[in-house]
Amino acid sequence: MSDNDFIWIDAVTKDFGEVRAVDNIDMKIKRGEFFSLLGPSGCGKTTLLRILAGFEAPTVGEVYIDGQPMSAVPPHQRPVNMVFQNYAIFPHLDVRQNIGYGLRKSGLTKEEIHAKVDEMLEMIKLVGYGSRRSTELSGGERQRVALARALIKRPKVLLLDEPLGALDKKLREQMQLELRALQREVGITFVFVTHDQEEALTMSDRIAVMSRGQALQVEEPTELYEAPNCRFVADFIGSMNFFDGKIISLDNALATVDAGPLGRVSASNPADHVTLDADVLVAIRPEKLSITNEMPDDQANMVAGQIGPSAYLGDRSHFYIKIDGRDEPVAVASQNMERISDRFSGGTDRQVWLTWSQEAVVLLPPE
Amino acid sequence: MSTSLSIQGPRFGALGVYALLYLAFIYIPVLFLPLFSFNDSIYIAFPLQGFTLEWYGKMAASDGLIAALMNSLKVGSAVAVGATILGTFAAKAVTRYKIPGRGPVITFIMIPLVIPGIIMGIALLVIANMSGVGLSLYTIGLGHLLVSTPFAMLIMVSRLEGFDKNLEEASQDLGESAWSTFWRVTFPLALPGIIASLLLSFTISFDEFILAFFLAGTDTTLPVYIWGQMRFPAKLPAVLALGACILIASFFVVSFAEWFRRRGTSPQTSSGI
Repeated sequence: MSDNDFIWIDAVTKDFGEVRAVDNIDMKIKRGEFFSLLGPSGCGKTTLLRILAGFEAPTVGEVYIDGQPMSAVPPHQRPVNMVFQNYAIFPHLDVRQNIGYGLRKSGLTKEEIHAKVDEMLEMIKLVGYGSRRSTELSGGERQRVALARALIKRPKVLLLDEPLGALDKKLREQMQLELRALQREVGITFVFVTHDQEEALTMSDRIAVMSRGQALQVEEPTELYEAPNCRFVADFIGSMNFFDGKIISLDNALATVDAGPLGRVSASNPADHVTLDADVLVAIRPEKLSITNEMPDDQANMVAGQIGPSAYLGDRSHFYIKIDGRDEPVAVASQNMERISDRFSGGTDRQVWLTWSQEAVVLLPPE
Repeated sequence: MSTSLSIQGPRFGALGVYALLYLAFIYIPVLFLPLFSFNDSIYIAFPLQGFTLEWYGKMAASDGLIAALMNSLKVGSAVAVGATILGTFAAKAVTRYKIPGRGPVITFIMIPLVIPGIIMGIALLVIANMSGVGLSLYTIGLGHLLVSTPFAMLIMVSRLEGFDKNLEEASQDLGESAWSTFWRVTFPLALPGIIASLLLSFTISFDEFILAFFLAGTDTTLPVYIWGQMRFPAKLPAVLALGACILIASFFVVSFAEWFRRRGTSPQTSSGI
């Protein structure tokens, strides 16, 4: 046991009748890490979290926390605490009683518990709210109470089940930063479930992208965004243009792909699955494509097209470029650095060229 | 919103008249009880003859009536507690666990609701006779338990479904076992339902006639006793006096229950900072 396998999810499978919710997941979470489980609803992320909490038992496999196997340990004896999706604040108790709920068997005196609750109220900036009921709190305040109630137990691991989902956008962004800062401060390992990829990218040290009960890729946010390992991850995190292609030449650091309508595409640092003559999926992010009005000199990594529909989003604009030989338009995102950018507006069907760098191209295994 | 708007409308329109008639229809017959219980005549007819407390004296002096009242209170209390316990556990089972055959199980528990009382009465009498169990207050109590449990369960199911299952999990997550979670979370949150179930089961038992009629031994419950008294007009006013007393007692019980229910759900109970 080292700090690198503080939590070890060892080949865990969970079946609900015919449905396989978690499919042979093997994952290690480091001590003190902010770790996110990211995926669409029904991907098994919440089930995995509930297995860590002890509310579900794995059908196959074992979970180790700090070296201890957990299967024989009931939820109330595990060194983990959870922040529930709807916060689950006890409605018959006030804020103070909610936060102190878990300390009944701690052996502390009433005065000591009182002092600890005070400390927590201060940490979550709710001093003076001690005698309120959950119905008298806003969504953000409830979320903080749920957090304090779990953290007062000083768990080895804090589990968070989409705790920001119910908050409005502004508050959510503020809570993301606060939660991240809090995690650094207390140094507790956080396992955070979310379906919001932006949220996961903002907060996490590492992210596991899940689909259909499997963990497809476990990586740091930048790595996940810039070097996805499969179509699902590339598509789920941000947006992505995909083209079918075939490798026509390959040396150590550079692969050249015949990508049909896109022409010849060169890609630097191809992954291991790329071999000569292999089918690949060429993936390029919309913001890594640039639009120019003049035909570029360099004939590689460019394609001609016509401007299709566009959307103005304030800080950036999305363009959909039609290229010959392909039904689906290519998405391009460009920053609106000029105050008013009418460079391409009103110019539907106008001829333009798309260019990109060879570093921008990701080669994925075909479907 | 819509109710507060309608109050803004005309003060005493057709709806007001309707509401008054409605209340009169419900309460005037009931109010005849206390009215005639003070009337100085054994005949229940207008015009009123004069004020008397004689019937209250007779009521207090009637051993049979008091015994029947006590029997009813005993049976009612036992049935209330029994039905509520059974109903609570049944409700907990069907709302919290995945039980094979959950649908049929619920249906079977609910069936006594739709079986006519007279059929049930005869059936239970036959069983009591066949098994050689003598008729007594116990057989009445068991019969009442059978008909009250579905009501108790219905109340508890709606109460337990009304609160979040996550609350119980949160309690376990915070270190409480299943048993202490029941006492620290489930029970306090279900308490208004439990009170409602106790009151309803008690009421069902207290005024149930047919089963009690079939299953009574030498001791009878109040409804059966009153029915027996109908043959003697002279004893009827004492029954009216009793009816008036029960009316006042019910008023207080219902007020208490309502107060308790509101206290349980109102968020305005925090005692300052």
